[in-house]
Amino acid sequence: MRALFSGAGVAAGYGERMVFDDLTFTLAPGRFYGLLGPNGAGKTTLIDLLLANLAPRSGEVLFRGLPLGSYRRAALALEIALVPQEFRLNFDFTVREVVMMGRHPHLPRFASPGERDRLLVDQALVELGIADLQDRLVTRLSGGEQQRVVVARALAQDTPVLMLDEATSSLDIRHSLHILGTLKRRCQEAEGERTIIAAIHDLNLAAAYCDEILLLDQGRLLIKGPPAEVLRPETIRRVFAVDCQSFAAPGSGAYQLAYRYQ
Amino acid sequence: MPRSAAPRPASAALALKPPFSLLLAGLGALLAAGLVLAAGLGYIAIPAREVLAIILARLGHGVAGDAVTRAVVLDVRLPRILTAALVGGNLAVAGVIFQAILLNPLADPYTLGVSSGAAFGASLALLANLAWLGGLSVPLAAFAGALLAVLAVLGLAGGDRSYAGNSLILAGVIVAAILSAGIGLVKYLADEQVSVIIFWLMGSFAARTWADVGLVLAAGLLTLGLGLYHGRDLNVMALGERGAASLGLDTARLRKRLLIVASLGTAVSVSVSGIIGFVGLIVPHLLRLLIGPDNRKLIPAAGLMGAILLLLADTISRAMLSREVPVGVLTALIGGPFFCLIFKKKLGRGA
Repeated sequence: MRALFSGAGVAAGYGERMVFDDLTFTLAPGRFYGLLGPNGAGKTTLIDLLLANLAPRSGEVLFRGLPLGSYRRAALALEIALVPQEFRLNFDFTVREVVMMGRHPHLPRFASPGERDRLLVDQALVELGIADLQDRLVTRLSGGEQQRVVVARALAQDTPVLMLDEATSSLDIRHSLHILGTLKRRCQEAEGERTIIAAIHDLNLAAAYCDEILLLDQGRLLIKGPPAEVLRPETIRRVFAVDCQSFAAPGSGAYQLAYRYQ
Repeated sequence: MPRSAAPRPASAALALKPPFSLLLAGLGALLAAGLVLAAGLGYIAIPAREVLAIILARLGHGVAGDAVTRAVVLDVRLPRILTAALVGGNLAVAGVIFQAILLNPLADPYTLGVSSGAAFGASLALLANLAWLGGLSVPLAAFAGALLAVLAVLGLAGGDRSYAGNSLILAGVIVAAILSAGIGLVKYLADEQVSVIIFWLMGSFAARTWADVGLVLAAGLLTLGLGLYHGRDLNVMALGERGAASLGLDTARLRKRLLIVASLGTAVSVSVSGIIGFVGLIVPHLLRLLIGPDNRKLIPAAGLMGAILLLLADTISRAMLSREVPVGVLTALIGGPFFCLIFKKKLGRGA
């Protein structure tokens, strides 16, 4: 299968600070990828590389076989959506208006939203369980509600690739499971047409939902593979410096970790 | 919908929002009526009907009214009134644009040091008694000063790849502080010209000409046009750097372009009228309460409302007070406390 993203010998960083010096990876279409690693491991930097927000100092990142830098921004917005880590809005847009902004790349400059745009927005609002908030002002919502609005906006963008940068870190567990479950379902139903790349802090959530995990540490890609292969207790001890045991979750049988609490 | 029946402050506000086209038409009509009325007010009172007849006759290349009245309306009052209205519209539109690209509802042309730059340039020209370009010397010097100030602010803030809101405002404050000291020095050195400089700095529309009208109109159309063209982009900018970029915006380029054009609009305005504050801040604020934050609506509405506001302020200062008060002082006296009110409310809301 042709790679969706690939990078070879990529060096990248911000200003003086280099994060990667020799990163090589391949991401296939249709999978749910989790980016894991301790703080500062390079998760956000990798996402910035994949979004063409950051140009590699050397090496190349390819998207569908072409260098990311050769795509126009507007063209990339039809392919890749992002749920950013930080979200703050200083203007009183309504929930629906913000979700409709996800249709921005699809709409010609002076066009009004059409039937399909409204449909995708409605669908995203319902899927995230915020349909009854749609006329509320985003600035008046709680942090968790705002985060769901941002995810809905990215879903309304209706792109083959969806990236999430710690999108569930400010949510309570019910909404985290709801969002990750929704994404997982979208990914599976599209049968290879939808790829999710999510930086996730919680190892067990990542293990439960991701098809494959990329474990990053200090600017290196340590391992890539299914959760049960990547998140072995000895690896976790080496990278995160915590002790744990693995077990299969009752019911789902998902690979999970139980930490040894001190 | 039981949950949506719970407290919904937004829906209450929505119910009060007038249809946008009606608001725009209303503002347009108000401005047109205001222009005619204002042209009749002053030392020589002229009935609105006669003002209208003179204007219409002039537009049709005809002649109406007696020579003195005609001269008062066409050569004295209209240039001044139109300049005031255009400067108001310019400053308000520039305010909307600055706020949108800096993601800060409290930003305005002055936060960026544009007006200080223009004021510094103009006071230098007044000090040197420049006359090599005739009447355009002072406006051109102000314009150059404003541009240099913008370039300095952009250069100072542009180190971190994007013009992230806070560093840009900080850079604006620093540059403005330095320029203010510069203006102080010019005033100290000025001796005889000092009163001219001080009066210009306070902001006034006295003795404006049709050349001023043309200059501000050209800058205003450019700012308005580009603002409308990028209206939806400006909405998306509100999502922040990464969010806007992921929706296809080249944020750094868009920000730079709009910053430059809005600065041009401000600089030209300041160069013909001196420092007139708070219009670019208050008008967008009031309009957001009425029609929401959509920049596609805010920009044209702000142009009209800014024009009305400054026309009103100039008319009060020109025709209603026993002694002419510089309009910049008037807007600051009314606008300052108003700004404090908004600021306090914003803090209380925890925004």
